[in-house]
Amino acid sequence: MTGTSSTSSTGSSAAAPSQSGPPSASPPGSGRAADATRRAPRLRTPRRRTLGRPGRSVLLTVLTGLVLLYTVIPLAWLVISATKTQEGLADSSGLWFGDDFALWDNISQTFTYDDGIFLRWLLNTLLYVVLGAGGATFLAILGGYALAKFDFPGKRAVFAVVIGAVAVPGTALAVPTFLMFSKMGLTDSPWAVIIPSLVSPFGLYLMWVFATEAIPVELLEAARIDGAGEARTFFRVALPLLAPGIVTVLLFTTVATWNNYFLPLIMLKDPDWYPLTLGLSSWNSQAETIGGDVIFNLVITGSLLTIVPLIGAFLLLQKYWQSGLAAGSVKE
Amino acid sequence: MTTLRPPVAVRRSPAPSPPRRSRRSWTGWGFIGPFAVVFALVFLAPILYSIHLSLFRDQLIGGTTFVGLDNYQQALNDDQFWASLGRVSLFLAVQVPIMLGIALLIALALDSGRLYGRDFFRIAIFLPYAVPAVVATLMWGFMYGTRFGLVGDINEAFGITLPDPLSTDLVLASIGNIVTWEFVGYNMLILYAALRVVPHSLYEAAEIDGAGQLRVITAIKLPAIRGALVIATIFSVIGSFQLFNEPNILRQLARNAITTDYTPNFYTYSLSFNGQQHNYSAAVAIIMGLITMVIAYVVQLRGMRREA
Repeated sequence: MTGTSSTSSTGSSAAAPSQSGPPSASPPGSGRAADATRRAPRLRTPRRRTLGRPGRSVLLTVLTGLVLLYTVIPLAWLVISATKTQEGLADSSGLWFGDDFALWDNISQTFTYDDGIFLRWLLNTLLYVVLGAGGATFLAILGGYALAKFDFPGKRAVFAVVIGAVAVPGTALAVPTFLMFSKMGLTDSPWAVIIPSLVSPFGLYLMWVFATEAIPVELLEAARIDGAGEARTFFRVALPLLAPGIVTVLLFTTVATWNNYFLPLIMLKDPDWYPLTLGLSSWNSQAETIGGDVIFNLVITGSLLTIVPLIGAFLLLQKYWQSGLAAGSVKE
Repeated sequence: MTTLRPPVAVRRSPAPSPPRRSRRSWTGWGFIGPFAVVFALVFLAPILYSIHLSLFRDQLIGGTTFVGLDNYQQALNDDQFWASLGRVSLFLAVQVPIMLGIALLIALALDSGRLYGRDFFRIAIFLPYAVPAVVATLMWGFMYGTRFGLVGDINEAFGITLPDPLSTDLVLASIGNIVTWEFVGYNMLILYAALRVVPHSLYEAAEIDGAGQLRVITAIKLPAIRGALVIATIFSVIGSFQLFNEPNILRQLARNAITTDYTPNFYTYSLSFNGQQHNYSAAVAIIMGLITMVIAYVVQLRGMRREA
């Protein structure tokens, strides 16, 4: 793994200065990548036509549509099912609405069931995301910037270890982490979920590739010559240029933390500290226990409520994270 | 003021800057330090602790004793471990090619510029990535169910009896379907992002040379995104070997079909948290980690060799 990474790193650092010449005139670094993709089609279209390139294809659209159905039908099923009562779920077809439209009732029941524990889980999840994903993104920005723009003793070792760590399976870590944390008295507390979430090797990698490209070395040199300290240079010069990369990393660490299940499952016993994922799974397994309250309608409505914020964030921020991801893929 | 200065500095910098850039300093540690500290705490320390644990054994009499590599030897002769490894290997061999194949086809279709509503397709196919594995599994679990699921609906509508997706024979395929659903869009996006940055001059040159669409794909696009494909494959291999969430949730519906040693990850979890065999569990986890790393490394080497 170290092989590719180091070769790609030299490749990118060699390419960066030559690329960063002309576009540095365009103010926010948001993206040379975005600019390039926006510009490119305009240049290409006339030539394509002269070369007789085939136009849009109905057949290809239909075939892609099949995959679209595959990804969207389960989501449609979830939305439709969230409008049904427990009885309606059993009575009616999965892909069409029942006689009863119980969505609002389901939502209010989801939030009030068991003294409003769902709201507590939602707030817990938000806490884990703000501290865990926020912290992971901040550490990845600092680390990625260091890998991209500084030469320091031990740099290669840091890089090799971090990339190697991506391949270490979660279980190899989860059990010893649990035992360690339990000796430190951290298990069954929010810290047991937040602290391991703070490290995102993938986020660091993405940020490193992005920073290599988005920050011209000359700009940093200029800031230093002007007498700015390292911290000031970072916050005033580098950070604004990294914005699209930051949105991308933040979104991916947020998904990782919001969707986290294995770690909380191991670390937490007290349902009061559960995130949404663990809470929903406990509601679902409730039906299995003898005499347990069967609340499939709440499991389904709760599931819908769990995915809505993330899907909303992805849709709202798509311009930013897609340009960040495109820049990240350049050097792969 | 400040806006005027940088260009001047840039022009002057070539002479002093090369030595400055190559000069090593500890400044970088100020930035990577915080990451390194937390990384050491949540990655390195547990790995070392895990190795330490794997060398001991808790005896009913005599407490914890050093047993050397006994735990490893036991793991290598453990049928349950090998069965779980075989299961995820089968999963890997079938699910990963299907998932990456679909992802690649969609990425190529998006990139071809021949789709109506390309942006809509891209975002809609990506959406399942935002769905937690728990929710995805609960959802599919309900749909698989004959009670109020889609399978039940289909059976009723057509008067047929489809095989039960949660039966012992089919449950692995059912898990594969869930994982494919979750990650096909994510992989599509990674590959599509890589395709977007292929220089378009290459396509124009190929077209002038009379190359067809298929030839452009095999001769230009696929080689150009080989790096991204290798990365996607490695992540998928790691993901398959770590399989836990989906079988663990689905077990609530298919208790007989999914045992607590269904995947290696599930097995180590059960050993630790149901069996209190922390030491043996650590050894199994380390063997699994080594196997994963070796395979990830082989995938990468093969990917690289073809590139060269």
